This record gives sequence, structure tokens and C-alpha cells, in this order.
Amino acid sequence: MAQYYSDFVMEHFTNPRNVGELEDANGVGEIGNAKCGDIMKMYIKVEGDRIVDIKFKTFGCGSAIATSSIATEMIKGKTIEEALKLTNKAVVEALGGLPAHKIHCSVLAEQAIKAAIADYYKRQGIDPTPIVGEIQDHHEEACDI
Amino acid sequence: MDRLIYVDNAATTRILPEVLDKMMPYLTEQYGNPSSLYSFGQNARQAIDEARDTVAKYLNCRSDEVFFTSGGSESDNWAIRMAAHMLEKKGKKHIISTAIEHHAVLHTLNALEKQGFEVTLLPVNEYGLISIEDLKNAIRDDTALVTIMFANNEIGTIQPVAEIGKICRERGVLFHTDAVQAVGHIPVDFSGMNIDMLSLSAHKFHGPKGVGALIVRKGIRLPSLIEGGAQEKGRRAGTENTAGIVGLAEALKLSCEKMDEVIPSIKAKRDRLIEGILKTVERSRLNGDPVHRLPGNANFSFEGIEGESLLLLLDFKGICASSGSACTSGSLDPSHVLLAIGLPHAIAHGSLRITLSDDNTDEDIDLLLEVIPQIVSQLRSMSPVWEKIVKGEKYE
Repeated sequence: MAQYYSDFVMEHFTNPRNVGELEDANGVGEIGNAKCGDIMKMYIKVEGDRIVDIKFKTFGCGSAIATSSIATEMIKGKTIEEALKLTNKAVVEALGGLPAHKIHCSVLAEQAIKAAIADYYKRQGIDPTPIVGEIQDHHEEACDI
Repeated sequence: MDRLIYVDNAATTRILPEVLDKMMPYLTEQYGNPSSLYSFGQNARQAIDEARDTVAKYLNCRSDEVFFTSGGSESDNWAIRMAAHMLEKKGKKHIISTAIEHHAVLHTLNALEKQGFEVTLLPVNEYGLISIEDLKNAIRDDTALVTIMFANNEIGTIQPVAEIGKICRERGVLFHTDAVQAVGHIPVDFSGMNIDMLSLSAHKFHGPKGVGALIVRKGIRLPSLIEGGAQEKGRRAGTENTAGIVGLAEALKLSCEKMDEVIPSIKAKRDRLIEGILKTVERSRLNGDPVHRLPGNANFSFEGIEGESLLLLLDFKGICASSGSACTSGSLDPSHVLLAIGLPHAIAHGSLRITLSDDNTDEDIDLLLEVIPQIVSQLRSMSPVWEKIVKGEKYE
């Protein structure tokens, strides 16, 4: 049967991993806005330099939910340093590709993780910008990032 | 997947077996060119002439007012572009339309604007209806054309076409209507409604794809859009799609003959669906006019979720539906129709269009009433927007 998305994207969309809220999260990041039709919220729990747990909530299309799911799988148990190296390209590759106009979903996932790590540093009283860099989010006027 | 529940009949419809049967001879042994002199070609000519008479009979126009085209988009392009260019010569460069037209109309108007035409898009109210006062006020001495859709493809709202036609006739302004969603579904009276030009498409009423018609009132010297041979009395070139034209006429005949019986039965199913969804799904709303509405159309918005995910999960259950979310439109903005009726972007993203046909059963409605609330709550459980709504926080 012909499908718009690959089987792997559909698998993550219909059975998303790590979905929900994390009660004892010590870093929370949210990217996107409802006006543009996609929001990703990532909850992380950091112990030492390692992300020991991660959960997400996403409002958005099938690929937004699938990229959130695979991104959480890819960084769960990784160090912060490793997590910051996660690129949107790696997320797309892990999903076996996305339709061209859905690539921005993978950027959202990458940025939502960075936002959660930045929040973790802020809670520790550390300026996150030198470590995490600038977080890209939707602009006021345009929905593409 | 057990079976296919097709509830996207505003996108296209199933071709009826009776229609295909009528078409088959013209796809096989009766392949003659209707323009050829010999009897073998004249057989096809006769079939087209009969089809033209059928269309005229059911839409209350003259046979010589019917011009077959490749479909709704061509008919809209032809009517609007060529009427504009015809009247430009008389110094008329103003066109009136609405904010909720199909893109075949809106994009044509955009192209004309670039060529120096001025376009007024009438706003619509929360139900998608234009105001007759707005129309009256918008008509100017240099208005060449009013083009207003008969019924909307997304929210199903039916415009007061007879009133619009009367005003345009009184003011001496040409009136075109994109009736692609109306023909074969609700009564359409070309002459009685004072329509000057009307677009229709066969695949929207159980006919074949790739064929439609433009009805042009006698006396309007609408120039050709497609230049070439002398087909369609020299107004639309190109060898006729004989099988398609025969199929269009048969589908129109069947749809119109059973309309009185089908309308109440589809409406009953649609109303049960609407009541059931609005009752079981909190923070849901019906888009479009509750009364002036196509019989098969139900358009909902569900707060806190996005339409494409909803469609994918419905597809998993074998349900074919549609949405006005940005993700499904392939653009960054949700449907222009939903924005025009005043929906905030965030709510427009969470829309679902169900369009029923006579094929849909009460069991289909039962299944929709069972599955839609489940899927909405599944998506809401993973939505940060829904979380904000539940907490009473602002989210737009």
C-alpha cells in the first residue's frame, strides 16, 4: 500500500517512544508555536553530565511527532556533550528520510533538545549560551525556521 | 484494515458503474473523431450533442450555452480571464469575488491583478456567508465581473446565488459562479438564478475525472481560452473527450434524478455525525453555516491537535478524510477559508472535513463516531497545547 511517509516514520508516529511529561525533570525546553501548527516540548533529567531520562509532548503533524520520538531515543542515556552534537540531519537519516517540506520538523526536534539543555544550565545558574549556542525558534512573522 | 470508509467526497467521488457503462463504447470501439464527416465520427458527434442536451435539461440552460472543458479549473480560468479581457476593452478593470473561493479562482484573480486589474474580495461572516449589502456597495461603474462560488468546498456554505444573480443582472454586471461543489448535489437553476457563467466538474458528482463544462449565457461573446480547432462552436479547441462528456451527462442525470430522495438521507447521516461529535468531543466546533450547507459536508475544529496527525491516524483505520491544516495544504498557513471565517491559526490547524455521499451508510457514521473521539483524545494526550488549554493558559 502506498504511503505518504516511510514505514519507519509511521512506526514512530503511531507508537511514539518517551511520550509524556517527566515529573522530576530538571530541564524543560519548548520550541515552536500553535499559530504555526507545531510545538515540541522536551523534558530532560540530567544526572552528572548524563541525560538519564527524557520525555516529550508534541502538537503537530505526523513527522513532528515521529521526529520527537526518534530524537528522544537517540539522546536518552547520552552525555550532554553528545546530545548537543545531535543534528537535524542525523534525525532525518535515522528516520530513513522525510518529505522535503517536513525537514523543518527535524530542526524543531534538534532545537527543542538544545532548549531543554539550556534550561538545565540556567537552573544551575550557568549561562547556557556559550555551551548551547543560540536557540532557533519560529520568527514572529514567518513560520519556517 | 477492514474496509475503506471513504468520506472525502468533496475531493472526488466514486464513478458510478452505470456511468462507466455508458462511457465504455467511446473508449473502445466508438473511437471516431466527432469532427469527422463519416458516420463513424458522426456517431461520436451525436453522443456529445445528446450529452449537451442532458446538461441543459438538468441545469435549466440552453444546449448551445454548454461548453465542455477539461474540468473545474479550466472552466474557472476561462470564464474569469476571458471575461476580464473582453470587458477591459470597455474600460472595465474591476472584479468582485470572495475571500473563500477555490484557488482556481483566487490564483486566476492574482494573475489578473498583476496585469492591472483591481480585485475586491468580499469578506464572509463567521458562517462563511457574504453580505448582499457588501456586494451592492462593491459594484462600481467599472466592475467587469462578479465571481462568487455557489457552495464552498471546505465548509460547505451555500451562498445566496439567486439574490446575487438578480443584483448583478439589475446592475448590468456579468456574474460567474464556480458551482463545482453544488452541481449534482443541490438544485442549480442557471436561467432562474440569473447566472451568466457557471463552472462544473464531473468527478465531483460520480462522473469521470478530467471533464467539466462552462455554461455561458447566450449573447455573451466570451473569447476562447484554448485556441486551435473549431470544436465547441469554435469556442474551445481540442478534440472532444467523447467518453468523458458522455460520462459527465450520465452522472449529472443520475445525480439530479435521485436528488430529492438523496438529500434528506445524506443530511440525516451528516446531522447525526455533527451532533454526535459536538456532544462527545469537548472543545470542538462545527465550521460553516448550520443551515445553508451542502448536504454531505461536516467540517470540525478540535482544539489542541493538528489536522495532519488526525488524518494519518484515521487512514490507519481505513478512513479517508481531509483537513485544512498547514501541513496538509503543503504551505505554512492553514486554510484561507477557515481564517476568513475568523478561526485563529491554532484552531484552524486542527480541522477535519468529512464529506459524505450516497454511498455512506449508517454503519460508517457509527464508526466515525467511535473512532474520531478516540483519535482526538490520543493526540491531545501528547499535545503541549492541550496541556495549556486544560490548565487554562493562553496558547495562541
